[in-house]
Amino acid sequence: MSQTIPAIGRWSDLANPTRFVGFANAVVPWLAVLTAAVLATGIWMAFAAPEDYQQGITVRIMYIHVPFAWLAMMCYSIMSASAIGTLVWRHPLADVSLKAAAPIGAMFTALCLITGSIWGKPMWGTWWVWDARLTSVFVLFLMYLGLIALTRALDDPGRSARAAAIVTLVGFVNIPIIKFSVDWWNTLHQPASVMRLDGPTVHSSMLWPLLVCALGFSLLFFTLHLMAMRTEIWRRRVIAMRRVSARRADAGAA
Amino acid sequence: MSHEVFVAAAYGISALGILALVAWNLIDQSARKAELAELEARGVRRRSDRTGSAER
Repeated sequence: MSQTIPAIGRWSDLANPTRFVGFANAVVPWLAVLTAAVLATGIWMAFAAPEDYQQGITVRIMYIHVPFAWLAMMCYSIMSASAIGTLVWRHPLADVSLKAAAPIGAMFTALCLITGSIWGKPMWGTWWVWDARLTSVFVLFLMYLGLIALTRALDDPGRSARAAAIVTLVGFVNIPIIKFSVDWWNTLHQPASVMRLDGPTVHSSMLWPLLVCALGFSLLFFTLHLMAMRTEIWRRRVIAMRRVSARRADAGAA
Repeated sequence: MSHEVFVAAAYGISALGILALVAWNLIDQSARKAELAELEARGVRRRSDRTGSAER
């Protein structure tokens, strides 16, 4: 048992898949508990926060819609960084990270679109408009679906890694388009009100619950990403072991 | 429709989506764990696993 969790001395030690699994084993339970605590606090704060003087109770949708949107973009940025890891250092863990993140990003993007649509109906009078912000996020969702398909299309993960990395990096151009779409084009969506150079324009009674919720959902993302990466390492290990076993069976039969 | 319905729908669908994501992760994880255990029980070792210990 002493070998199950090798010591992590430096961060670069995590590049070793066995050490990474040991690290995930040690961190995931704590991260899961922390996620639940922060998310529960955030949602409680969201419902304790005052209603908006114009939007009334529907402003509560903001506390989940905005974190989903941020995470949809953060997840894609992490996948792009992983893609660089695949292309520059050809590191297998970078591809594991990209592949594991794609379904999580797709779910957050889908929830961002759905909650936005539900918020849009009472406030804008429509479920959907093909304007710059909504369309660019929808494109992001389609790219996630494409990457999920691409990373799972080939049996040999080494061969799909390069293609997935290149497609991911090309698609990264969409991230600044999403962020600045509300400034560059005329859109029904409101412009940035938290991440802006002159500081947030949201009142602190609503900003704090929003930030706690965003932290909670970010922790949820990292917990799920670590879990999914560990599962992907195990999946590849099973494939490698089956190959060894089949080769041994062949040698025995010959 | 009252606005409460919209808020409840947004939170409800989000909770379902996240629970589905977590459940899928857990199911995938336990299936891979079972496969590894089965292979190890059959005595299959990874090439890099020179010591022969059933490390994970």
